[in-house]
Amino acid sequence: MARTADVLVIGGGIHGCSTALHLALRGLKPILVEKDYAGRHASGVNAGGVRQLARHLAEIPLSIKSMELWEHIEDLVGDDCGFDSHGTVLVAETAAELADFRTRVDDLGLRGFTHEELVDRTELKRLVPSVSGHCLGGVVSRRDGAADPFITTQAFRRRAVEKGAEVIEGVTVTALSRIGNVWRAETSAGPIEAPKVVNAAGAWADRIAAQLGEPVPLDVIAPMLMVTSALPAFIQPVVILRGRKLSFKQRANGTVVIGGGYRAQPFRDENRTMLDWRALAQSAKTVWEMFPVMREATIVRAWAGIEARMPDDIPVVGPSSTSEGVYHQFGFSAHGFQLGPGTGAMMAELIATGSTNVPIDGLSIRRFQGGHG
Amino acid sequence: MTDLASAYDLAVIGGGPAGLAAASLAARAGLSTVLFDETPGVGGQIYRGITSTPVTNRAVLGEDYWAGAALAAEATASGALIATGATVWSLDPSLQVGVSIAGRARLIHARRIIVATGSLERPFPIPGWTLPGVMTAGAAQTALKAQGLVPSGRTVMAGSGPLLWLLAAQLLRAGAKVEAILDTAPRLNWLRALAHLPDFALSPYWSKGLALLREVKAKVPVIRASSVEAHGDGQLREVVADGRRQPADLLLLHQGVVPNINLAMAAGVEHRWNERQLCFEPMLDQDFGSSVPGIAVAGDGAGIAGGTAAAERGRLAAIAAVRALKPDAAAPDPQAIRQALQREEMGRAFLDWLYRPPVALRQPVGETLACRCEEVTAGQVRHMARIGCEGPNQMKAFLRCGMGPCQGRLCGLTVTELIAAERETSPAEVGYWRLRPPVKPITLGELASLPIAEAERKAVER
Repeated sequence: MARTADVLVIGGGIHGCSTALHLALRGLKPILVEKDYAGRHASGVNAGGVRQLARHLAEIPLSIKSMELWEHIEDLVGDDCGFDSHGTVLVAETAAELADFRTRVDDLGLRGFTHEELVDRTELKRLVPSVSGHCLGGVVSRRDGAADPFITTQAFRRRAVEKGAEVIEGVTVTALSRIGNVWRAETSAGPIEAPKVVNAAGAWADRIAAQLGEPVPLDVIAPMLMVTSALPAFIQPVVILRGRKLSFKQRANGTVVIGGGYRAQPFRDENRTMLDWRALAQSAKTVWEMFPVMREATIVRAWAGIEARMPDDIPVVGPSSTSEGVYHQFGFSAHGFQLGPGTGAMMAELIATGSTNVPIDGLSIRRFQGGHG
Repeated sequence: MTDLASAYDLAVIGGGPAGLAAASLAARAGLSTVLFDETPGVGGQIYRGITSTPVTNRAVLGEDYWAGAALAAEATASGALIATGATVWSLDPSLQVGVSIAGRARLIHARRIIVATGSLERPFPIPGWTLPGVMTAGAAQTALKAQGLVPSGRTVMAGSGPLLWLLAAQLLRAGAKVEAILDTAPRLNWLRALAHLPDFALSPYWSKGLALLREVKAKVPVIRASSVEAHGDGQLREVVADGRRQPADLLLLHQGVVPNINLAMAAGVEHRWNERQLCFEPMLDQDFGSSVPGIAVAGDGAGIAGGTAAAERGRLAAIAAVRALKPDAAAPDPQAIRQALQREEMGRAFLDWLYRPPVALRQPVGETLACRCEEVTAGQVRHMARIGCEGPNQMKAFLRCGMGPCQGRLCGLTVTELIAAERETSPAEVGYWRLRPPVKPITLGELASLPIAEAERKAVER
């Protein structure tokens, strides 16, 4: 006999876990199925940046919704998730970059978004005293911060279960079919039936979409990160660059996490990645130039998490174009961690009530179907 | 070092008996061969300092030690490039090796890799094991071999295993005074070991081992102990064994060695749990080839069997590399080597069962540290396992154990065993860390020094 639920959530990343939690908070009964364990991939091993800064216009509403939840994350999930809020700074290394940043901040202002703020060299030095002298200024988003990704994802999972969600780990969905008004998922632990399905399967989500007759051009990527041994505290905000690839943050324990988008080679069917040391060396060179204080720091680990990237670098969020009752929530293109809380809340609202006030126009799967479907 | 090429037929990682034997055989058969060892000279741990030791009285370290000199000389004469002071920090399935020499990082490729990273001492997590004045027997032996250092003051040794007795003999011959040896091998181990005694009696270790025991027991009181604690305030003051107090300035701990698997595991080599030796070991074919094509693991890294067996294993792995890359080259007949290896390995089961460390000294409780880098206690690990943490990788995220500078080498087995005990399952089910390179720390400056050709620079900036 099939297990039944109100909603089947496929994928135990931060998005699947957040949606399951918010569904449960609305009194629905979700079953979440995860092929490995919650937070095994990108959600558990990303850089942990909680960033509103420099987001695509189409995802700013979800980002703002998420930030409201991040600021009270302990109330939501019963764990502080290691969240701290010292801002994110986008540093301008050239005059051309600074001019671009000014245009962007002005444009956001006209649209009513005020979270990004242009800073001059003096304010940059005040925010990030250790930054190299060649930097000219930048943009700050003062409410941004960082959290512990695996602990956060696990906290969402745990709270979802406490609120009535069922989480089944180590189980893979092998097929989806429609029987009357209900979706039936074949899994390695038997069938599950639910009227609604959320596809939050990350780097594996294209396989679900293809089964539903709406294939998407999903690229499997594995952004690399490095971490150093603990150093005396020298920087508070997260620093990112535009011209060169860098994201840089020092955590409360003194370790420094270095990322920025250089990629490993992913092998998604083997849950494995192969690091590109020449690219990491490039990353090390960037840090060498930006933060002279880091030159003798010791790299103790490097890794990469497997995730999905869409060709336009924004996620697929919203109802399926082919299948009644199915919703997509994937393709966050290496910046989905911050969006987890708010997207889950919006998705639960959409499923429970049929509509949401958070604008998600521009994120529909239809954009990959050439105007058809 | 400027004469390092960007590609070799064979790269051997580790210059102990397995690595030395493998590199000499391969180079003499005509393979372009490089051997990397992170210490200043070859020899590995067993022949540490073999080309430079200040301990010139051959009787102190024993004839088995000096057998290493021939291996080292053979490797030097073989034509292999011997790169010492060379720390390998990465190996991946594309057979790319990341190595740092004199503060500069390089990436080299090889058509075949032999991982000969040897063994390390099993963790001995007892109350007070991180106090100054407490060290591993292996560390004391390294100091003796490399620098001729002999402990002064009141020295107590505790634990089990052939190496403990060998070190005791070497220290005594070098003039050290050992107050007591606390023998922690459970008496009941004899029951399991006895069945393997006939094999052991045929191996070369039988008479050597008996002579060693006699030599040590003639000079040092040996006391059975089921618990050992190091006490002191900022410095070791006394050792407490089963309630008996023994004043001491130095406590040397040892309960056997286990394969040093970090590099092979980070390269993706499949491993399995060995219940007799209580450790993870790589899954290998008869030529010591691993699950990753092109990567072989030889020596004690392939499972503990001792120094002579390590050299035979290195030769077998090298013959396989020669046959694959240069089928026409002359190489020794592997059959004779296999037989010699079998003789070496025969007595192992007896030693493994006899010296198998007891649960109480492998699975600490309460405030005893499991992970010394991040100062995580056994009690914390047990608690997290009880409330649902199923494996070491989740444990890393919650407690940071295994995430310090030792990259989990000093706590890996302890954490796996503690989780298995609390969750009433086997270490095989629990598994081990997902090991992240660099397997040895490198500085940001070293990594930034990696030479990048202009074409490569364009390729990576995507």
